[in-house]
Amino acid sequence: MATIEKDSVTGQSTTGHEWDGIKELNTPLPKWWVYVFWATVVWAIGYWIAMPAWPTVNGYTKGVLGYSSRADLDNELALQKAGRAAWLSKIEAAELDAIEKDKDLLRYAMAGGKIAFGENCGACHGTGGVGVAGAYPTLADDEWIWGGTLADIEQTIKFGIRSTHAETRVSEMPKFGADGLLKPEQIAAVSDYVVSMASRAPAKGSPGEAVYVENCAVCHGEDGSGQAALGAPALNNQIWLFKTAKASAKDMVAAQVNAPKHGSMPAWADRLDPTTIKMLAVYVHNLGGGK
Amino acid sequence: MATPKIDPSLKLSSPGGDGPLYAETVIIHPRTVKGTFRNWKWAAMIVLLGIYHIGPFLRWDRGPDAPDQAILADLTGQRGYFFFLEIWPQEVYYLTGLLFIAAVALFFMSAVAGRIWCGFFCFQTVYTDLFVLVERWVVGDRAKRMALDRAPWTAAKVGRKAAVNAIWLLISLSCGVGFTLYFGDAPTMLVDIFSFREDIAVYGTIAIVGGCCFLLAGYAREQVCLYMCPYSRFQSAMFDEHSLIVTYEEWRGEPRKPARKGEGFEDRGHCIDCKMCVTSCPTGIDIREGIQMGCIGCALCIDACDSMMDRMGLPRGLITWDSTTNQEARARGEPTRIRLVRLRTIIYTVILLAVGGLMVASLATRHTTEVNVLHERSPMFVQLSDGSIRNGYVLKISNMIREDRVYDLSVAGLEGARLSVVGGVSNVASAELAIPPDSIGTFNVFVTVPRDKAGGKRSPLSFNLRETSKGEVARVESLFAAPDK
Repeated sequence: MATIEKDSVTGQSTTGHEWDGIKELNTPLPKWWVYVFWATVVWAIGYWIAMPAWPTVNGYTKGVLGYSSRADLDNELALQKAGRAAWLSKIEAAELDAIEKDKDLLRYAMAGGKIAFGENCGACHGTGGVGVAGAYPTLADDEWIWGGTLADIEQTIKFGIRSTHAETRVSEMPKFGADGLLKPEQIAAVSDYVVSMASRAPAKGSPGEAVYVENCAVCHGEDGSGQAALGAPALNNQIWLFKTAKASAKDMVAAQVNAPKHGSMPAWADRLDPTTIKMLAVYVHNLGGGK
Repeated sequence: MATPKIDPSLKLSSPGGDGPLYAETVIIHPRTVKGTFRNWKWAAMIVLLGIYHIGPFLRWDRGPDAPDQAILADLTGQRGYFFFLEIWPQEVYYLTGLLFIAAVALFFMSAVAGRIWCGFFCFQTVYTDLFVLVERWVVGDRAKRMALDRAPWTAAKVGRKAAVNAIWLLISLSCGVGFTLYFGDAPTMLVDIFSFREDIAVYGTIAIVGGCCFLLAGYAREQVCLYMCPYSRFQSAMFDEHSLIVTYEEWRGEPRKPARKGEGFEDRGHCIDCKMCVTSCPTGIDIREGIQMGCIGCALCIDACDSMMDRMGLPRGLITWDSTTNQEARARGEPTRIRLVRLRTIIYTVILLAVGGLMVASLATRHTTEVNVLHERSPMFVQLSDGSIRNGYVLKISNMIREDRVYDLSVAGLEGARLSVVGGVSNVASAELAIPPDSIGTFNVFVTVPRDKAGGKRSPLSFNLRETSKGEVARVESLFAAPDK
């Protein structure tokens, strides 16, 4: 039973409710506020009817307006795609170096290439073409095994390296040690020589030089500058593909001469459209080391 | 639990009856008064509504490629224009400063002269005043409006009410349209709005702003001040005993008694209990009960009371704009004085001057170039075939004026550093970067340093920009990463 009392301090009456001896002063709320509350309830019911609201066993109530946020997303994506079409057709029509010369096209190709790179290439080559030491080459530096011009890069992306594509880039270095072409001491000597070459101070007249000239120079060049057409990397710098932090340069070179590891890369021509491959080529070319 | 008994006489200004849990809304029909404060209120209404509606049509020449509207919030272009100022989105802190100044100015105003903002300048007050004026034109003054409310729903009543609401709707429409004009080119927008060529969002905004105007000024009125606006709830913290507020001189007015012809005022108070002050109050309170939440400080009760005092031949100012200290002094027959310089007002003034000065200083020294340098983190650095180390950076340069500008970029901190810009020059000591007017230029920049000069894991590197025509300089500190030595 609620008894309304007058509070002696404020002169205000209580609501008549009591909880463990605690009473509450009655400060009445305006009635319209209550009406607003009921209005929100009515609104909510209207919302259930108009909009997707309740889960059912097999789905949900669709609402009479038939609104769907997924349809909204599809529409927006379609709009985005339509907006892109103008740019993409320009890129499709333009030569690779013309793209680089046009500021707007370059910016668009770089942005599009960055996304395509993240989706397709980043898994091996890393974000920004950072590469993985001992496995996948860095694309941000200026050493290119198969060439670093726009056309070279595009061809590599299209057909891959040692891939299943008919036009793939392919080459194989002989297993000088495993197949008995060189003796262990010759391998040690040539490894020493290659390391000295990489430091830009080739040990002229050393026994290793003779082995190198006879066996390696035909592909890697007399001065070790490599040959992109054959996928023979330059040896006269400190950039090694298969060197990890643990191994020394000499051990790595010796292992490579003995039984070489060969990198491979899939061909993307069948998976990506030519425009995307173009944007990828421009992007990779501008990662820092394009020739 | 039984429902508490409902007392229909319960009023907000006198809580404490054996009240219901929900207060019945009493429709307030304020009586029209004439007098000084009423004139000030008319003047404030004309000036404020004038500024609001003329504002979007003011022009300000900014050159051929920029909008010429003096006050414009360009949402799609992401710029704010205010006469000579053009604000970029990242400078929205100017708005924060402005809002802060507005808040402190409100406190200052209240400390000096009570709720003059509420009583004279608040848009709720201005529009309510205007809406009441419409009712007076169409229906009549307080007594006629109350009579019409009580009257049965005849065709005449429906006609009157419809006319009032129609005029209210027109005013609300002008309020909503006026608001949207600040967000686009006003003259073209105005034509587009009324020829139904505008975006649906514009009509939505007009409906929301206009609808709020209609509901709040037409029907909610003082309920907004009492229940929606927080200010009434903390006003007592803003006042002190020297603040000038609307007060009733109780010492002079009481005991109140209706006036009779031939009777003098010797043994009684000057208040004749005519209730003019109550009936003229737009929030329906009785000022004779003292300062209270419902009083918005509009001073119409002063005008009302003064006119009665004149008629009675009594001195004006039974209800007056005065401080409580002065009230007490006057009751004792002592001289009164207005104290404006008090700790409270000094503190507010200092804060206002400090923040205002800070804003003026930052506006005066505002750069028209802003540079951000992001150091590429993948890869942190790259070793080139000749052994040198290269780092990548993304430079975002904001050219915040409406002219083409060329910046000369160079780096300092590492000897032998060379620059390459993607899509531009390569291997140079300094590069020229061109940025179109009023836009942000984004550049991928490579810095190459010979191996022996590259320093340790991290070396400081600063990017220096010099605007080539006027020589404005900007400098951003970044770092250069290299293999650990």
